[in-house]
Amino acid sequence: MASIKVINPGMYTTIQDLGRTGYQEYGVTVSGSMDQFAHRIANLLVGNNQNEALLEMTIMGGSFIFNSDTFISITGADMKPMLNNSIRLDLWRTIKIQKGDIITFGAAKNGCRSYLSIAGGFELPTIMNSKSTYVRGKFGGFKGRALKKDDEILLNNDICNEEELSGRFIDLKTVPKYNNKVNIRVILGPQDDEFSEEGIFDFLNNPYKVSSEFDRMGYRLEGTEIKHLKTADIISDGIVKGAIQIPGKGQPIIMLADCQTTGGYTKIAHVISSDLWKIAQLKPNDEISFIKVDIKNAHEILKEQEEIINKIIKGFDKQRLKVEKNLKIAINNKTFIVKVNEISETY
Amino acid sequence: MEKLFKIKFAGDKAISVEFKNEISEETNNYVAALRNLIEDSKTIGIEECIPTYRALTICYNPIELTYEKLEEKINELMGDIESFSNTESKVYVIPVYYGGEFGPDIENVAKQNNLTKKEVVKIHTGVDYRIYMLGFTPGFPYLGGMDETISTPRLVKPRIKVNAGSVGIAGSQTGIYPIDSPGGWQIIGRTPVKLFDIDNEEPVLLNAGNYIRFKSIDYKTYERILKEVNSNTFNIEIKKTTKRGE
Repeated sequence: MASIKVINPGMYTTIQDLGRTGYQEYGVTVSGSMDQFAHRIANLLVGNNQNEALLEMTIMGGSFIFNSDTFISITGADMKPMLNNSIRLDLWRTIKIQKGDIITFGAAKNGCRSYLSIAGGFELPTIMNSKSTYVRGKFGGFKGRALKKDDEILLNNDICNEEELSGRFIDLKTVPKYNNKVNIRVILGPQDDEFSEEGIFDFLNNPYKVSSEFDRMGYRLEGTEIKHLKTADIISDGIVKGAIQIPGKGQPIIMLADCQTTGGYTKIAHVISSDLWKIAQLKPNDEISFIKVDIKNAHEILKEQEEIINKIIKGFDKQRLKVEKNLKIAINNKTFIVKVNEISETY
Repeated sequence: MEKLFKIKFAGDKAISVEFKNEISEETNNYVAALRNLIEDSKTIGIEECIPTYRALTICYNPIELTYEKLEEKINELMGDIESFSNTESKVYVIPVYYGGEFGPDIENVAKQNNLTKKEVVKIHTGVDYRIYMLGFTPGFPYLGGMDETISTPRLVKPRIKVNAGSVGIAGSQTGIYPIDSPGGWQIIGRTPVKLFDIDNEEPVLLNAGNYIRFKSIDYKTYERILKEVNSNTFNIEIKKTTKRGE
């Protein structure tokens, strides 16, 4: 059976789809990829359903050997992936893989999380509607944990259509840029009325730094203390990802993919869903400025983002990359190797 | 008159419908009733709900359901709420082996409250506990209604591992650990019943808005039930109840 084997898992690599919805009322965390934009594109490139499970790597990628021919794509942070330790691979396009190929990732240059999708996806059990790993709950993904050396994960034996997949790519204009200073749009509430006017002002007018406590559960930030009117505690209520909790010390925590479903701290605001990918790509010491938007704005932005994805899907049929050429060019007695990716419009 | 509920934003894909700012069965009944009304309404675009003590978080897909339409729907459903907020609920009977190796802190609880072990068990099994919400870990019930005469502070030094099924007391709360986890509750017993089991078609046993009644069992019964649980032949005893929290 087709599979990939882990030669080196990297810093923290898990299997994720778009999340385990429908069980939050039972206290079951949603999980799923942190950067869902990169996740969806990775799957679309290789002809998968957008929700298909893939590998999410964090800061330092791993190394994997393929035991069958297939197509893959890599999106998200650039971890300088190499094919068989000799060819530098590009992101945001399909890559043809032959049996025995080894792909090795390094450290993220910009951004924090990289996604590796494989045509057909993984042959893994679906637990509560999802293949996502929830490490704290020890279930989902591959044995309910992050990948380890020598793990062998089975692949769905789909025969992929080479003609359909080869040369697919994403226009550079639509490839997101990962900056270490980002503007994050938020909708105030539900407990914005538990803060002083000064508290809300400080939250919206000062930059906040990502601390060293940043994981799939949440990002703790550091910056100007945000003052409550009375107390930081509320009668516990529901938490969805993007929630910005302000505990007693006045330092924000952004709740993310693996957050608990309920909690007892005041939530001053929520990150709009279209900006969550920006947070997923932040690392410690990166800086966030919060910008207030209203619900109408947020939904318009969401529709624009969906439109970008629709355009990408349509674009696959219009443009393809031809087989890459590596040309040697001699200029002033120096030899340069030039990669040529020719775009063909004939599709 | 103060409005019964408020609709608040929880980002661009969820709202929080808040009721009175208190922990009471009456308020929690509204949360449970609205959750059920939403489920029955099968509104396209509503994805899931998180019922909690006094608020209901509703997750929706704005591409399928605009905020205005959602708000309208909630107002419409709230019009029917009175007739639904006291509907029938269930009492799950949870068998527990108290004390011994499974309940190492029962002596503590007895001593601190000047009671005997037997009295602790009698008091703990003497009431129906409201399941206000599930959260913290998968399947963990936030229970209300424990008799103050057995309330005991948490352990000074939390345990690194508390076994799944452990029944404990923390202050004036009581609860059950659904999965092995670290914890500082005073452990008084253990149930062989699984509250969270990913191999089960419905992995979570309990539902918010219902009740739990603990029942003291001997070790033989514990072993028998455990066998049944492991072979998937155990059926939990469920009693029906009506008109709660008035």
